[in-house]
Amino acid sequence: MNQARAGTITAEAVEHHAARGFWRTYVFSTDHKMIAKQYLTLGLAWTFVGGLLAAVMRWQLAWPDTAVPGWGEIGPEVYNMLVTMHGTIMVFFVAMPILLGAFGNFLIPLMIGARDMAFPRLNMLSVWTFALASLVLFVSFFVPGGAASAGWTGYPPLSARPAYTGVNWGLNLWILAQALEFAAFLMGGVNYLTTAIILRAPGMTFLRVPMVVWQQITAAALFLLSVGPLIAGAVMLLLDRTIGTSFYAPEVGGDPLLWQHLFWFFGHPEVYVVLLPALGAVLEVLPVFSRKPLFGYRWIVGATIVAGGLSFIVWAHHMFISGMDPRLAMPFSITTILISVPFAYIVFAMIATLWRGSIRFATPMLFALGFLAMFIMGGLTGIFNGSAPSDIYVSRTYFVVAHFHYTLFSAVFFGGFAGFYFWFPKMFGRMLSEPLGKLHFWLTLVFFNVTFFPLHHIGLAGMVRRIANPLQYEALVPYQWINVVSTVGTFCMVATQLVFALNVVWSLVAGRRAPTNPWEANTLEWAGPLAAAALELGPCAPDGLLRSVRVQPAGGPRRLPPAEPGPGASPIGGARYVDLCGSARDPRYAGGESRGVVVPRVGDHDVRRPYRELHCLPPRQ
Amino acid sequence: MLNWMQWLPENVSTFGGDIDGVIRTIWYVTVAWFFITLGTLAAFLILYRRRAGRRAAYVKGERLREAAWVLVPVVVVVILDLWLDLLGAPVWAKVKIERPATDLTIQVTGKQFEWEVLYPGPDGKFGTADDRQLLDELHVPVGKPVHIIFKAKDVIHSFFLPNFRLKQDMVPGRTIEGWFEATKPGKYELPCAELCGFGHSGMKGWLYVHPPAEYEQWVKEQWPLA
Repeated sequence: MNQARAGTITAEAVEHHAARGFWRTYVFSTDHKMIAKQYLTLGLAWTFVGGLLAAVMRWQLAWPDTAVPGWGEIGPEVYNMLVTMHGTIMVFFVAMPILLGAFGNFLIPLMIGARDMAFPRLNMLSVWTFALASLVLFVSFFVPGGAASAGWTGYPPLSARPAYTGVNWGLNLWILAQALEFAAFLMGGVNYLTTAIILRAPGMTFLRVPMVVWQQITAAALFLLSVGPLIAGAVMLLLDRTIGTSFYAPEVGGDPLLWQHLFWFFGHPEVYVVLLPALGAVLEVLPVFSRKPLFGYRWIVGATIVAGGLSFIVWAHHMFISGMDPRLAMPFSITTILISVPFAYIVFAMIATLWRGSIRFATPMLFALGFLAMFIMGGLTGIFNGSAPSDIYVSRTYFVVAHFHYTLFSAVFFGGFAGFYFWFPKMFGRMLSEPLGKLHFWLTLVFFNVTFFPLHHIGLAGMVRRIANPLQYEALVPYQWINVVSTVGTFCMVATQLVFALNVVWSLVAGRRAPTNPWEANTLEWAGPLAAAALELGPCAPDGLLRSVRVQPAGGPRRLPPAEPGPGASPIGGARYVDLCGSARDPRYAGGESRGVVVPRVGDHDVRRPYRELHCLPPRQ
Repeated sequence: MLNWMQWLPENVSTFGGDIDGVIRTIWYVTVAWFFITLGTLAAFLILYRRRAGRRAAYVKGERLREAAWVLVPVVVVVILDLWLDLLGAPVWAKVKIERPATDLTIQVTGKQFEWEVLYPGPDGKFGTADDRQLLDELHVPVGKPVHIIFKAKDVIHSFFLPNFRLKQDMVPGRTIEGWFEATKPGKYELPCAELCGFGHSGMKGWLYVHPPAEYEQWVKEQWPLA
């Protein structure tokens, strides 16, 4: 293949891209990158709604029964709705579309050398099903009786009969929206797994795929395997509500605890469905900015799979005091301890990755480190919840709220932003402003802790969750200042996000154009030039498949001979191309089956894992 | 402020001290780990920040000899976790599984949005004419184990006595048993800890712990004929 041929393909690709027109390009697109952006947009829109609900909720907690500016006074019914919808939105309509929908769709094909997802139309159906779910959930705010108010966990009998909450259609639509959301992510999950299994470029073995892909497909597998019981549970709940069955009605032999088992059998894996993609993003960012390989790639892959497996046998630690047989507590306490092993491994490996590195504190790295620090904090407070006797006291209190915000919020926020700042140049072809990014990070870190750290204390002091007015409890009156501090922290954190919004808007319009590989990373998605979507993989890519190989010369890494200067810029900034035989040449212009190893040279640092191999194949028909 | 143990409300039950002991042990262990891990993190960030002329080391961390640097702390974590669990097992059994013998049993039924407190009366049996029901208040003597039968009428509620370190969900259709023994007379708040509807906030009762003589007096007032 020669340069002219490559150029022709590129030009064709551009023409083809333009020929698709507005609707097929931006709305009904089957392009995984556009679908990723659609998921991202929907997720960010929901973040705004979820954050707004949280702010109103915090106002009520700090200054109970005073009018919320721009909203009015909220009563306990509305408060319960806020609690419920905040949780539902943040988990299912923010965390999942951004971390799985956006990152997964965008990264998996690029990182494994595939042109798109295995089922592009199913992918489009997935995002549109999610859009429909979003619409249903949004409409549920405006039906008579308001939106669901039985908690994001929706425990029956409270959720099973409209009379108990006063919410009828709001809760039915809540179930419907969840069902559609599950359908969307089932389609997505099937796609992720199939793509990662069958569309890896030749040579991209499972132990060579980037870590975030492992995390994404583990998350997808967990979701596929765990959601079935919950869907069954949700169908029963909907039947109980609409046609008067009694799966959860104890008067006629139903059992409310059945729902809790089904919900948490899904719920605990679901926590990892959200956590793992964020963890994956951080695991990609840390090595790049430490200029070192990830510490123990294979061990982390193993740990991830083990954690995924164990997540199916820990669910009852959410139910220690639920009224299930108390003898079950100890076995589930033990499994809960076991699941800390793989996560302890991953966390320590992240720290070890920094060891003897050459650490650059760019914004993505700051967010990755923020995730690491906050996640350690959340992991440690988890022990208070995981120990059955200690959980008797701390469960159902704000201590739990603090704990899961330190884990989940840190995953979605810090992990998500680490990924967003890191891959933004790839997604939009522009660099985000570093000073604004750093300002965003530091303010977020400070106000995150102002918001959530004191919640540990008020939880230990005995404040239970989901109460609209703490002042109704004598024991809590002296601690009301903590609620005020947390609320002020929330408002400041929300305001801080304006810095982010400003940064994104300004950068999209006037940001510095991103170079091919701005962070000097060595994963495959950075191999192609940026900018226009159709040009994704650069001159080589429309007919060449990139793959990585891990070549470890006997006797450890050694310096490879410098590449002969080839025509044109190399796909990876400053990279040298060396083929397996050791004769240097630029494989982009090599014909047919030739192979080459890419060793990115980054300033004065070598990043040698994984070596990249370019594998040019004839164009796909 | 920083010592979390000081934030727990005063403990007035016999098993509360054991639970606090577990929480305290976890607190010490987690604080130690917090400083060790974040300290290591901070040290690495300072020591290995980018500096001119210094290159990152090429360490893959895949060989067992390298991975041991991570595996050893992981093993320590597991041992500590197991130790905490073994420490907790007898406490859990004491609070939730075993129940000391007593002649005072009270049935508490959660309903939207009240606690129905049922005393069996002098005959000690529920369902007889001398049963007596109170709303949102419990009276118990100090220094005597009290059995509680937890029930719920409509939705799930959760019986929470912060000062006693006792929490138990009440599930409609199930009869769940529990117990506590007070060590100090006084008046203690009893909030509902599980979202149970629009009246969840403010659904609370009071537990009155009386000295023995005062309790006898209260019993006499309630059942004057007995």
